[in-house]
Amino acid sequence: MIQAIVFFPLIGALIAGLLGRIIGHRTAEFVTTGLLIVAAVLSWVVFAGYWFAPEAAEGAGHAEATKVVVLEWIHSGPLALDWVLRVDTLTAIMLVVVTTVSSLVHVYSIGYMAEDPHRSRFFAYLSLFTFAMLMLVTADNFLQMFFGWEGVGLASYLLIGFWYQRPSANAAAMKAFVVNRVGDFGFALGIFGAFMVLGQLDFDGAFHAVEGATGTSIRFLSWDLDAMTVICLLLFMGAMGKSAQFLLHTWLPDAMEGPTPVSALIHAATMVTAGVFMVARLSPMFEAAPIAMNVVFVVGAITAFFAATVGLVQNDIKRVIAYSTCSQLGYMFVALGAGMFSAGIFHLFTHAFFKALLFLGAGSVIHAMHHEQDMRNMGGLRKKIPFTYAMMLIGTLALTGVGIPGTSIGFAGFFSKDAIIETAYAVGGNLGNFGFWMLVIAAMFTSFYSWRLVHLTFHGTPRPAPAAHAPDAHAAHGHDDHAQPDLLSHVHDDDHDHAHGSAYDNAHESPRVMLVPLLILAVGAVLAGVVFLDLFFGHAEHIEHFFGGSVVVSEALVDAAHHVPTWVKWSPFLAMLIGFGAAWYMYMVDKGMPARIAATNPGLYRFLLNKWYFDELYDRIFVRPSLYIGRALWKGFDDWLIDQTLVEGLGARVKDVTARVVKLQSGYLYHYAFVMLIGIALLLTWVITTGGLLG
Amino acid sequence: MTFLTDHLLTVITFLPVLGALLLLLVPGNDEKGKNLARTIALITSVVTFALSLWMWSLFDPANPGFQFVENYEWIGASIGYRMGVDGISFLFVVLTAFLIPFCVLASWGSIQHRVREYMIVFLILETLCIGVFTALDLAMFYVFFEGSLIPMFLIIGIWGGKRRIQAAYKFFFYTFTGSVLMLLAIMAMYWQAGTLDIRTLLGFKFDPGMQTWLWLAFFASFAVKMPMWPFHRWLPEAHVEAPTAGSVILAAILLKLGGYGFIRFSLAMFPDASAMFAPFVFTLSIAAIILTSLIALVQTDIKKLIAYSSVAHMGFVTMGIFSGNVMGIHGAVFQMISHGIVSGALFLCVGVVYDRLHTRDIEAYGGLVERMPRYAFAFMVFTMANVGLPGTSGFVGEFLTMIGVFQVNTWVAFFAAFGVILSAAYALWLYRRVIFGALTKESLKGMLDLDRREIAVLVPLLILTILFGFWPAPILDATAASVALVAENFGNAIGTVAPVVAAAH
Repeated sequence: MIQAIVFFPLIGALIAGLLGRIIGHRTAEFVTTGLLIVAAVLSWVVFAGYWFAPEAAEGAGHAEATKVVVLEWIHSGPLALDWVLRVDTLTAIMLVVVTTVSSLVHVYSIGYMAEDPHRSRFFAYLSLFTFAMLMLVTADNFLQMFFGWEGVGLASYLLIGFWYQRPSANAAAMKAFVVNRVGDFGFALGIFGAFMVLGQLDFDGAFHAVEGATGTSIRFLSWDLDAMTVICLLLFMGAMGKSAQFLLHTWLPDAMEGPTPVSALIHAATMVTAGVFMVARLSPMFEAAPIAMNVVFVVGAITAFFAATVGLVQNDIKRVIAYSTCSQLGYMFVALGAGMFSAGIFHLFTHAFFKALLFLGAGSVIHAMHHEQDMRNMGGLRKKIPFTYAMMLIGTLALTGVGIPGTSIGFAGFFSKDAIIETAYAVGGNLGNFGFWMLVIAAMFTSFYSWRLVHLTFHGTPRPAPAAHAPDAHAAHGHDDHAQPDLLSHVHDDDHDHAHGSAYDNAHESPRVMLVPLLILAVGAVLAGVVFLDLFFGHAEHIEHFFGGSVVVSEALVDAAHHVPTWVKWSPFLAMLIGFGAAWYMYMVDKGMPARIAATNPGLYRFLLNKWYFDELYDRIFVRPSLYIGRALWKGFDDWLIDQTLVEGLGARVKDVTARVVKLQSGYLYHYAFVMLIGIALLLTWVITTGGLLG
Repeated sequence: MTFLTDHLLTVITFLPVLGALLLLLVPGNDEKGKNLARTIALITSVVTFALSLWMWSLFDPANPGFQFVENYEWIGASIGYRMGVDGISFLFVVLTAFLIPFCVLASWGSIQHRVREYMIVFLILETLCIGVFTALDLAMFYVFFEGSLIPMFLIIGIWGGKRRIQAAYKFFFYTFTGSVLMLLAIMAMYWQAGTLDIRTLLGFKFDPGMQTWLWLAFFASFAVKMPMWPFHRWLPEAHVEAPTAGSVILAAILLKLGGYGFIRFSLAMFPDASAMFAPFVFTLSIAAIILTSLIALVQTDIKKLIAYSSVAHMGFVTMGIFSGNVMGIHGAVFQMISHGIVSGALFLCVGVVYDRLHTRDIEAYGGLVERMPRYAFAFMVFTMANVGLPGTSGFVGEFLTMIGVFQVNTWVAFFAAFGVILSAAYALWLYRRVIFGALTKESLKGMLDLDRREIAVLVPLLILTILFGFWPAPILDATAASVALVAENFGNAIGTVAPVVAAAH
């Protein structure tokens, strides 16, 4: 079964990618989507096995993971790595997340990409991505995880740059790949270190060796350092790259250049959570490295705060959600860093639903507005696209964590986010306080920018784009031609006649094939929290039973998190209300206020608008110096010193000697052959004379 | 049949020369003569390749020693006609035989004058290259090793681009210095050991003081061939001027002669000196990986960019070899084979667009995917292999060399890992400028996608690149025993058990 789940998407990718032109776009779409739906159904079957695992297994607790060996991979000396599909609870959760969101995104894309001339290529990439992601989550050793890791990076690169005519899309694609490679730099070194210290690279073997390695030190670079700390920090660097954590986050907002379904699948629900998955998967190692855990905690908290501040002022609807993703990933890392791995995975799980919902909803808005993404040019869309509006509201309620503390009433994000905030408080000390307050403030900002998005987009009155505003659409998209089969026909058929007029007037609800996935995700965004709360963040035994040893569960911490003071439980709720109120006042009541605040604090406003100037900083300290050094080495060292001065200088002397060589190339050739012959003659003479003398 | 099996290596090595002799009989340079010459060359090279595959099927991977050995006295007792292959060398024979048919195919249309001579030179080159890997006598090795440069000279000098004369000169200058020193070292070795039989020399313990000098002399030759930084300057020049097939052979085979030499001679015969000089080699390797990657980043000529990236990739090879442990050497061998396939394919890819537009200037391209989707796909796969993406053959070698060297020196692995970032930067930037973007340039609007001959050339390479990425076992298993022997001997000689073994407990 697991083989089917993993390889069906690959088969789909190959069919759509290699045969796309022969079988046609429609067939390619149906094949890839159909195979993914099958994979998704099978994944839920697998997941159900863990969900409803009988209590009889009590006591065992550490159920063996199921492993399926596929092929021998790299065997060299002490190293033995195979392609193995591993399934345990953690994998099953990820299988469900990946295949569910992926299949819905496939369905949605049939509508969203309907006019694109390269659709089958798009579906091939989507399925290829899903395959790589599934390889990542089913990995049984570090290297297979690295394969999936890089594979999703490749698919992400291809999909961000899908509209290859746009220079900005190409730049963003490349940036994503290269920045991720910076993280991979650490990941790779971490793998090497793990092999050196633990002696093996398959997870079970490595985890068994952790105990013996705890407290030992390795010589890394010029220092003797605690082995597990070094390894975990290096590995975490990879996670920071993939999950767009502070300092390595710069690629994620730019990645929004890709088609919106891609943003939903890759840059919200699945790939960016790979870092979270990695740390959770390696929880036995991270547990043995307290310093590394603290770093994870702090980086997560800073990211949650930082990204939320930037999200406050962005105007592009997708960028707001992208920064929100970045921030929510920070929450997950806080949970991991605190040692509450199950809570981090819980948030990953719920976040996948509501963030994919928000992105696909935003896609529906963009679709309706004919590829307008600037929220300043929207407004009042509530009446035009009521269904999308409703879906976006559900997503927003889930993201901002609406629910009543102390009860089981609330949207998905309410449970998982509050679990993390309570965990952070339970950590205690300066560290815990720092994390707690960062997260609460971030929750307030989240609520503010989420409602700001809703107000700007759906409420108020339409704000048409300035005159002659050309929608920043890809050339391939014809706007006015909707010659689609019945399945894809628009809900509002009367909206078809929109050759002229503003984007608002022409706004139309998306076809059903796009709305049904929204509905399904909305169900997840409402229910994913309340249904699964007990499994992820209930009693310690329940968590332990559910996860079956696939992540470390700390009973003491779970207890502490459940027994935080009441004001702590209410604080995210309050923060959410403040954010909601502020957004309401600034965007519905006193609409001039945001501009006034920006005007009175121009420095702060620009600092936030320009994303803390990270892009400029990196350009100055990494990109430009690299190019400068490259050019200096090329023109200065290679060409001038080595080539012109040394070689040609010497060559000039040689030429003096051989002044009368007419045909240079053959001249040198003869010289060479001559020298070689002399050499051979010398050698022969030498051998014969000395041989004769000796023998 | 027994004659054939007994003298299989001789047959494989010299069959191309036989083809070359046959070509001498081809009359005229009219269209018919040209086609006949091409066909004869193709058939010869394909038969050679088939024989090399047959050899692979007969090869016993469990035996770490030399196989298919032929040993006859030749000149006195000292210089013999000695041939044989072990796990390290025989795959290079197969690789060479595998690539020559592609070179012939790639030159089918692009070489139009002196076709017969061109094919003769190529077949002779094949013999010399294979000879380097099969020779078990130092004198023979020297002749093949140095001799292989002559046809390469001719290919660059006669069928090359505008600045071919400078390029040929530089080629001469660099290799000349190295070969003189190597010759002296060979004489000195004979003086000490009393034989030129490589198998005997492998067991001979050279005096450590002597080893230093011998090592340096061989290093001079191999480092230029490899090429290692800072002896690499001839390579971009030679690549740029060489015709496509010349570049393929240069990158895929000739660069490997140096790496093979390092394993066979430097590491195996002069272990003490190798251990002593390892930090020196590591330093140069890192310089190659980081500095030439930075240089590749700013290139404006497609071929130069790939040439510089070759230098960077060879840095991984030298680093792996001198790590002295199984994974490092294994990775180095694998990386050389993989690079042979991938860089060969990349140069073939450049040749495809060069044949159409006659420029290698990156600026002249852009948006090719619009007109050439098949080409874009193939180029993407090879680019990713060049970047070392897992799932392509490029990854396995890089990974093994780095994990090998990490056990020995973490600084080296640390710096080498920067190559992971930089290779992505220069390779993807090249791809973006050539393949992506809007197709606006008039000259590109008539570009045709790959034709049937080009597909036939690129598809096998593409399949191998991906196959060996997922399933490298055929190469790793075939080389494992010999690599383990080399690493074990090295470890014993320098008096340390490889640290890997200690860590494995």
